[in-house]
Order: sequence, then structure tokens, then C-alpha cells
Amino acid sequence: MVDVLIIGGGNAALCAALAAREAGASVLLLEAAPREWRGGNSPHTRNLRCMHDAPQDVLVDTYPEEEYWQDLLKVTGGQTNEKLARLVIRASSTCRTWMHKYGVRFQPSLSGALHTARTNAFFLGGGKALVNAYYRSLTTLGASIRYEAPVDRLELDNGRFKAAFVGNQRIEARACVLAAGGFESNRDWLREAWGRNESGEWPADNFLIRGTRFNTGVLLRFMIDAGADVIGDPTQAHMVAIDARAPLYDGGICTRIDAVTLGIVVNRNAERFYDEGEDFWPKRYAIWGRLIAQQPGQIAWSIIDAKAIGRFMPPVFAGAKAGSLPELARQLGLDESRFVATLQRYNAACQVGSFDHTTLDDCRTQGITPAKSHWARPIDTPPFYGYALRPGVTFTYLGLEVDEDAAVRFGGKASANLFVAGEMMAGNVLGRGYTAGVGMSIGTAFGRIAGARAAAAIKEHA
Amino acid sequence: MQVIPIRTLTQYEAEVGRVLQICNACRYCEGFCAVFPAMTRRLEFGKADIHYLANLCHNCGACLHACQYAPPHEFGVNVPQAMAQVRVQTYADYAWPAALGALYRRNGLTLSLAVAGALALFLVLAVARNGSLWELELGGDFYRVFPHGLMAGLFTPVFAFAVLALSVGVYRFCKDVPPGPVSAAAAAEATADVLRLKYLDGGHGEGCNEADDRFTLARRRWHHFTFYGFLLCFAATCVATLYHYGFGWRAPYELLSLPKLLGIAGGIGLMIGSAGLLYLNLTRHPLHGDAAQRPMDRGFIALLLLAAATGLLLMLGRNTQALALLLAVHLGVVMALFVTLPYGKFAHGVYRAAALLKWAIERRRTSKLGLADD
Repeated sequence: MVDVLIIGGGNAALCAALAAREAGASVLLLEAAPREWRGGNSPHTRNLRCMHDAPQDVLVDTYPEEEYWQDLLKVTGGQTNEKLARLVIRASSTCRTWMHKYGVRFQPSLSGALHTARTNAFFLGGGKALVNAYYRSLTTLGASIRYEAPVDRLELDNGRFKAAFVGNQRIEARACVLAAGGFESNRDWLREAWGRNESGEWPADNFLIRGTRFNTGVLLRFMIDAGADVIGDPTQAHMVAIDARAPLYDGGICTRIDAVTLGIVVNRNAERFYDEGEDFWPKRYAIWGRLIAQQPGQIAWSIIDAKAIGRFMPPVFAGAKAGSLPELARQLGLDESRFVATLQRYNAACQVGSFDHTTLDDCRTQGITPAKSHWARPIDTPPFYGYALRPGVTFTYLGLEVDEDAAVRFGGKASANLFVAGEMMAGNVLGRGYTAGVGMSIGTAFGRIAGARAAAAIKEHA
Repeated sequence: MQVIPIRTLTQYEAEVGRVLQICNACRYCEGFCAVFPAMTRRLEFGKADIHYLANLCHNCGACLHACQYAPPHEFGVNVPQAMAQVRVQTYADYAWPAALGALYRRNGLTLSLAVAGALALFLVLAVARNGSLWELELGGDFYRVFPHGLMAGLFTPVFAFAVLALSVGVYRFCKDVPPGPVSAAAAAEATADVLRLKYLDGGHGEGCNEADDRFTLARRRWHHFTFYGFLLCFAATCVATLYHYGFGWRAPYELLSLPKLLGIAGGIGLMIGSAGLLYLNLTRHPLHGDAAQRPMDRGFIALLLLAAATGLLLMLGRNTQALALLLAVHLGVVMALFVTLPYGKFAHGVYRAAALLKWAIERRRTSKLGLADD
């Protein structure tokens, strides 16, 4: 019998496996995906949000614990657990040495992401390079890895883990770590969670999934049904606005449209619905997925003119391009007169200011609702461009409730040998909202705790 | 008014354009090499940009293994492969004389070995006709087999043609992809990048990918052995030429003479390096680069390996009856190497150096793009 069974194959699972292995336990890791799709959502990640009190290799300046905590408090609107959040924050200040030992290499912020030079350490080559390095290290350490091994249920005995089932195959272990991701790729579950809106639409049917198709939440559902303590709202997720032409799964980073603050966004009725210039894009990108999910048809269009070209990350697909606003409306399939009227109202409301995209400048609108608070310039310089946007789900926040020990709980009582990490418990820290790189910080911190605890649990019961 | 000719992209160039639009929206690979930082200075990829970036790519494989959009993803991004397919096309497009550009596609292992074999056989037969193929009386004196004038007369035009053909090719490339005014700092940096093979270090110093996602310095090291071995052999020839014409010191030279020492060191380096590169070529991950070019790669590597091996054998057998035979074979192989030089894998060195120079110049300029933080 193997000592520690790891269910999942992304960052948290790999950190747990490495931690259990370095504590001397024998490890078997079960990845649901085939080898070429391994790693869950982690191949799409790119950085880790890190606390630091002095400049560190690729990180400039300082990012103290308190500031990190305040950032997290702000984005979650208080829906977080301070004790666990601070645990993650502190772990993020020291985990990179450990990550480096297992082959992860870092680099300064990428071009176009310089706002994170202080707060986020980027993985050289991105998340897939990290995943590859961890799998190589696990192999070197002698852990066993099985691909195409989706676990559909567990055998539990009064809160103790006994075995996991891959189809009919029963796999016993002395301890187990659950790190099999959220349920974002389970269309039925998303549909049920979001329900029907007043117009009779099922909003979730129009969501695109930015990550893996293998996060179907089978194990999460099993644990909820088995009576494990649950935390979070099933409609809460890391959701951003992505190109409507993105693939249904695994579109990853490149499908993001970062032109929102430079123009306006209209819905299917050719009307604006939110302040596009409320704050810097890095601080707002994570709310736009949800905003669009609340619009009719769950679709919207980012509209810019020639002045915006070269000021935002180039989109992966070329936008609709037109010499006039009516022509753009026709290309986008929007009501021409309403579209032009919206644009004229907006253009007329733009106050003259000095445009500066790097500061919260004084270019704002007056007399329209919603206002555009910054970077509001008339959209009047052809060619005009339009990008259709859809909500893109990165990962869901509904998960299992934990404490600092990462143990799964039943009626408040911690399991002695069943632990959880990654997206399956990130909701403890992230009740809603998102800030770049925090998912990997949670996965790394709790992955290592879960792995180490699982290895320790064997000894206690030996 | 200036007329800008519109040149449509070839199938392979269009693929590089497609892939780079995805890469430019992702940028995770920015730390691996120069291709990606050069890419981020552009929003669109015209023919010239594609030629430049294709030749800047060292085919290290790091960005393929790290790519979230690599096959089987529906985006099917394979940067090193797309770049390699354009690269060989640029060699052919800029080749001089243009008609010989097609040779890049045909210059495979078989052709290389056939040319080497034919030339060696021709020389062996020529010597045999003189009845001096198996003689002990030569005393290590090559010129008694082939007079000095004949050897110089055979090799000088072949070598001069190779230099000319490659120079014209790279000149045409630079005209299409103008690097801009060269500063001393940029020239020094490009030279260092070439001599150190900087972009085979993976950005973290642990090397590039070969058979899998593991990083290794093997290619960098074998390439150094090959390149510096080749240079030492070339230096041996230069020193010997100086001895001959400058000082009137005629070959054969002592074992501990400068030409001999340079030649032996170079030959050993070249043998080790080319054997290593051949092994890596044979065990390379199937998705790396352009599989259709492997014959061209192997043809060149095989000739280097054979030239080094026959050269060392000649050195060892210089005082035996086999001298004339060994010399004829070695000269045949070396002749084949230089005949095929301008239309084979060797071209990558000069085009890559030109692209690296352009990068060293370009990166010193402020980017025209003012991309806001995303």
C-alpha cells in the first residue's frame, strides 16, 4: 500500500506530492488528464504573488505582509479568512527557495505586465514550465505518477480515508491529499449554480472556460455529498472578460482583451453598463467577467478607435475594423442607430483633459450614466475597432472548509488522514474577487502543508 | 512617391505570422531567448520581420515544451518548427546564385556522402594512375602525392566561392532586414552572443531541450567543440600558409609545430563535437524543428565528422604506406565539405549572426510601442 495518495495533477497536487515525498512517504499521484494535458489549470498560470520586505532577485522594492493582506481584503470585500490568508502571505515570502530546488525558475515581470514588478514573481517560461519541472522532480524523487486516472469516489470510514476508486479499481493509501481542482468545466453544475435569469436565460451556457476541461468537480461533489464541511458560493469564481471567439476550454491568457479602459464597452442593446475607467485595468480586469455575465445574452463589445492602438496588449484575434461607427455597428451586428447614439452621447460627455494611461488622469465624462471616470476620450478617430467579449471562467471558489492544517472537516472535526489543497479549498481565502498570482500562492502554501501533514499522518498511525 | 511592393507571405511565413500573434498575446516565453523580446516590439509581422525572427530562433525547443498552446491544443503552436521552416526558405530565397538556392532542399546526408565519396574516389584513382598509391617512400610529404600548387589551385577557388556565395546571401538578407547603424557595443554584444551561443542557455543557464522537457547544456557544448574545432583546423591551414609563403618553410611540419598542434586539437574537437551533435540530432524530440531538414543537418554534420576523422587518420598514418590513400580520401572529404558549404546547414551560422547583430542594435532603441500595463 502506498503511503500518500495525491489526487490531482496541478500545482497544489505537485507541491503536496513533493512535500510528502521529501518527508519520506511513498507517493502515488493520480492525474485525470493524459500526459499532454497534465497540470490542471497550472499550465495557464504565470506568476506567484509574493510578500517581501526587501528587494528579492526578480522582485523590486517591498511588498509587506500588511499591504498584501489589505489588497486581499479589498478584492474579496472581506469574504476571506484572515488567519489562513496571512498564512498564505507569509508562506509566499519563503516558498520560492523551495520551488527553485524543484526546478522552477523565475524572471522579472513580462513586458505589458510591469505593474506586477513589485508584487509578482513570474515563472520563467510560464506555468507549464513549472509543471514540467515539478513532474521531473517527482520522477527523480521516485514518486509514482499515473495519467488518465480520474478518481470518481472515495471510500471513507468515519472521516478517515481508506481508498480511492478509479473506475472499478480500488487504490488504498495510508493518507490522501485532494487537489483535483474546482468544477469550472462541469457545464451542468455551472448551469445549476447560476440558474435562470429574469429573461429566462441560463447565463452559464454562454461562459467560456479559460482552463482545463478536466476540472469537472466530480470529487468535490462527492465530498459535499459525503458530508464534508463546505465553504463558498458556487457562483463565485475568478472570471474575466475574454474574446468571444476563444475556444471553449484552455484559451488561457492570450484570449484576454485589455482594451476596456481605452474605450467603451456596450452590451447587446448597444448601451454602456459600467464605468470602464473606474481604476487601473489590473485592478479591474477580474470584475468584467461577472459584469458581462449579468448582461443580456452574456455578451458585450469593447469599442476603441485608432488612438488606442499600440497602448494595450495585442489581442490574439484581430478585431472587427471599420472606417465609420455605423459600419462598425453593422459588422458587430448591433443596432446601428442606437450604437451611434450611445457613442455620440459618450463622445459629447468627454471632458477635455490631459490623457495619461499610466495615472488616474483627468479625462472623464460628465452628465452620462454610467460615467467613465478616467481615460475618457471621444471615440472619433477611424479606423474603429470592436471586440466581442464573453465571461471567461478561470476557476470556481466553492470548496472544502479547512483550517491551518489543511485537513478535510466533517461537522467541524478534522480528518486524521484526508487533506485538501488548491482550487478545492482556495475559497477559504478567496470568497470572491481576484488579484493576480494569489491562486498559485494558495496552491503552493496549502499544497506543501497538505503533503507534509499527510506524510506525518502515516507516522502517527503507524 | 515611394512604391512599396506588396509581397504575399508563403505558407510557412503565414504560419509564423499566425503563431506570433498568439505568442504576442501571451509572452510567457519572454525569458528564454531574444525572439520573444524582439516580437514584443512589434504588433504586426510582415515578411521581413518573419525572416528576421526566424533566423534569430536557435531552435532550442524551450518555448515548445513550455507552451500552453502546443499540440494537441487546437492553436497548435510550435514556434521552433514554424521558424525552422521559414529559415531554410530564407536561405534559398537569398542564395547566390539564385538557381542554386534549391540545393538547400536537396542537400541531404546521401548527397553529402556521395559527393565526398566521388571526390575521394576521383583523387584516389588519380594518385593510383601515377602508381604512388601504396608507397613507403613518401616520408610524410603530401606534396609528393599532390603538388602544393595543385592543392592550392583546387581549394582556393572552392573556398573563395563559398565565402562569396554566403556573403552575397547574407548581404541580401541584411538589405531586406536592415539592422540599422551598428554601434561598437552592439557589434561586441552580437559577437559575444555568437561565440558563447548565449541563446542555447535557456535563459537560466541550464541549457536547452533535446529529447524531452529536461534542460541540458549538451548541444551548447557539442556545438562549441564543433565550432572551435573547425576554427582551429582553419587556423592550422592559415598558419601553414603563412609558413609556406611568408617564411618559405615547407611541409611536412614536426608533430610539435604550430600547424600540427592546431590541426590535431581542432580535429579532435571537431570529431567530439560533430559526433555529439549527430547523436543529439538522432535523438531529438520529434516535434522539434523541421523534420524535413534533418537530412541537411546530418549531411553537414557527417562531412564535419568525416573530415575530422580522415584528417586525424592521415596524421596518424603519415609515415605509412597508406599516406597517399589517406590523403586522397581526406582531400576528397574536405573538398566535398567546402563545395556543399554555401548550400547547406553551414548557412545557419552566418544568417543567425546577422539576426543577432540586428537584435543587438534593435534592443538598444526605445520601443515605439507604449503598451499600458494589462
